[in-house]
Amino acid sequence: MPRDFSWIRPEPWGVHVVPADCWIDPSRPVDRALVTHGHADHARGGHGKTMATPETLAIMKLRYGTDEGALPVAYGETLKLPGGVSATWIPAGHVLGSAQILLEHAGERIVVTGDFKRRPDPTCAPFAVTPCDVLITEATFGLPVFRHPSAEQEISKILSTLVANPERCVLVGAYALGKAQRVIAELRRAGHRDVIWMHGAMEKMCRLYEDHGVDLGELRLVSDAKKEALRGSVVIAPPSALNDRWSRRLPDPVTAMASGWMRVRQRARQRMVELPLVISDHADWDELTQTVIDVDPGETWITHGREEAMLRWCQLNQRRAKALALVGYEDEDD
Amino acid sequence: MERFAALLDALVYTRSRNAKLKLLADYLRDTPDPDRGWALAALTDGLDFPAVKSATIRNLMSERVDPVLWTLSRDYVGDSAETASLLWPESGEAPSPPTVSEAVDQLSRMTRANVMAELPKLLDRLDANGRYALLKLATGAMRIGISARLGKTAFAQAFDVAVEDVEEHWHGQEPPYTELFAWAAHGAAPPDTENRPLFRPFMLAHPLEEAEVDLSEFAAEWKWDGIRVQVVRAGGETRVYSRSGDDISGTFPEITRALDVDAVLDGELLVRGSHQGGETGGAASFNALQQRLGRKTVSKKMLAELPAFVRLYDALIVEGADLRGLPWSARRKRLEALAGDLDPDRFDVSQIIEAEDFAALAALRERARDDAIEGVMLKRRDSPYLAGRKTGLWYKWKRDPLLIDCVLMYAQRGSGKRSSFYSDYTFGCWDGDPDAGADLLPVGKAYFGFTDEELKWLDKYVRNHTVDRFGPVRETDKSLVFEVAFDSVHASKRHKSGLAMRFPRISRIRADKPAHEADRIEALRALVRD
Repeated sequence: MPRDFSWIRPEPWGVHVVPADCWIDPSRPVDRALVTHGHADHARGGHGKTMATPETLAIMKLRYGTDEGALPVAYGETLKLPGGVSATWIPAGHVLGSAQILLEHAGERIVVTGDFKRRPDPTCAPFAVTPCDVLITEATFGLPVFRHPSAEQEISKILSTLVANPERCVLVGAYALGKAQRVIAELRRAGHRDVIWMHGAMEKMCRLYEDHGVDLGELRLVSDAKKEALRGSVVIAPPSALNDRWSRRLPDPVTAMASGWMRVRQRARQRMVELPLVISDHADWDELTQTVIDVDPGETWITHGREEAMLRWCQLNQRRAKALALVGYEDEDD
Repeated sequence: MERFAALLDALVYTRSRNAKLKLLADYLRDTPDPDRGWALAALTDGLDFPAVKSATIRNLMSERVDPVLWTLSRDYVGDSAETASLLWPESGEAPSPPTVSEAVDQLSRMTRANVMAELPKLLDRLDANGRYALLKLATGAMRIGISARLGKTAFAQAFDVAVEDVEEHWHGQEPPYTELFAWAAHGAAPPDTENRPLFRPFMLAHPLEEAEVDLSEFAAEWKWDGIRVQVVRAGGETRVYSRSGDDISGTFPEITRALDVDAVLDGELLVRGSHQGGETGGAASFNALQQRLGRKTVSKKMLAELPAFVRLYDALIVEGADLRGLPWSARRKRLEALAGDLDPDRFDVSQIIEAEDFAALAALRERARDDAIEGVMLKRRDSPYLAGRKTGLWYKWKRDPLLIDCVLMYAQRGSGKRSSFYSDYTFGCWDGDPDAGADLLPVGKAYFGFTDEELKWLDKYVRNHTVDRFGPVRETDKSLVFEVAFDSVHASKRHKSGLAMRFPRISRIRADKPAHEADRIEALRALVRD
């Protein structure tokens, strides 16, 4: 008889760990929250106690200005929760500090992946495969059309655009937490040593990454630059600034955007992007399906994203699966 | 093929018309014959490969991808060719892309019997972007905002020739347009167009926005509700062309047979009746004409019951004399003189509206609805006949639209650049008293009339008010009222409501209005003028 795993209850505003009365990534304030990573749709403020990795808590403090009730848990460390539940934070490879949460209760193991990816990222610890009975997986890019090319290939497009347009600058739209630092680190890895200019909204997060040992090279604020100095340079800004008045100060920018959605031409067009860069911090279709194969759980629960296609894939591969209808997770900018 | 694929992608991501023109012009200048001609034809929708249709893509993919995953992917991406290019299994070998002409050659030799075996061989030689370009080229559905007109403008820009000359020499030329390139790029003699019944570009009108014109400078005509056509006779042959330049001679043989003077005439194709403009107007509703459109063969019964005729607006060329440079008033005189010699069953001249001043004309236009006339055209008396839409010369002054309040029932994802938005809306009117439990009856569908900001708002509204989903369609909770504008409404057997709106668009979003206050179906039915 299949087990019902009734000690864990997906609700529209988060995953409820019933015996411990804790919530994973709740979208509204609760007494006890277990947080996978620092993106705003997962890490809301206002909880009584917030249990997360020290990096995630640092990000939340930067965002919300307080670390009241913060309870840091290092990767691999297991926390005893009430009701005979224990929780372990395991690297998810998504952004700095991002974790999967392994929950154990009455001999059953449930892994909540949070957001994750499988490819190498110089700015965070790599995803670790964790055997379990139930895998609660994200599915942001859960459609077979999403096959992200290598980051190197996409980064090389930035560099060749710089060479071809010495009078212009390349303005890269990238989410301020994670994507921006990854794009910078990948540019450095590709040998780009010049100053990279950033939008003011990214400064603190970049400094936080540097404080956690991620080398981003020489970064300066666009607001401190003369227009002339920006010619032939990379400028990095949050996606919302791309077509905003802010970008008028730049010398004829080539508008680029680093996001998994850029794989689909019309999505890039909607964002008025000239140079789409398919760089994502989420697993693509192959990574998602490979993860189900690697973890090989008894059941797969699919959440935030395109659940239907993943569900279909699980059916076709004789894997027990269901879709959860969680609200509040929209990752349009990744 | 790589250059063509790169061009296609660059065009997709380029918004400005000038930047698009430059990309295209550079490509046309730098690419050898015949590749550039094939590429130009593909971009301006001129290529047709009978064995390769979008159904071919679906069939090809159904052998390689689970049908449910295909449908989900296709709905998300909004484009079959792009979806297939992304889902196509990588061959694992290094790409060895064909040239455009090699691809065209192979595509044109494919048959329905072998396309399923041959097309994959080409796809295997390309990467994802190349596959996209090939499939777009093969199926002819580019949808990247390159009109034939833009293509010709780019061609003119590439070789520094006048776009009017390009238009003139274009028609009758077949891809890959080698003669045309030889003329523009290498100064050869232009292709011979004498004595051939070629299409000439139409002159079009701007809408008259809140402006008045002086009737001593402008002449007024009724705007008839048919389809704009050009009737051309040269070298013993007659052709009827639609506004897009499609040859519809076969659909209207009575017109094609009737013209016996060498001429290029501009007019409105209509069906005889007494709907538009009453008895003296002599034209049936658009609905009547619609039954004649799109037919390859026409029955005797059709010809007898729905006889077509052309109400002439203008004369471009008469008996070898090109009148296009003359003022409208001179062309009009020539047209009136010519019309006396034409078969009166098939041709008449659109009447000039006599009005003392603009206010008097406005009053006449007001009354036009009773006569089921679309509106008024205003033409500068000294305007030459110029291709396209030139500012200040011709205006269309449509009568104000009809309005009705409807309730949003279903929303569907758009295609193209709206592929992630719920942008196509089906709306309904109440079939009785909503407070007594009456249901909504769908009455129409609209996908424009709103701004980009409003589209974002609507998309969010649909997502937050979904009660059911059917593939790309969402059923909403029927809480939102639209003020729908439309030109007219007709009885229709094809729709459950028995009504078909013409040219419906969202006029206002009435988020302030409760759904039960929307209009009932009787209100719409009362507006039928069939």
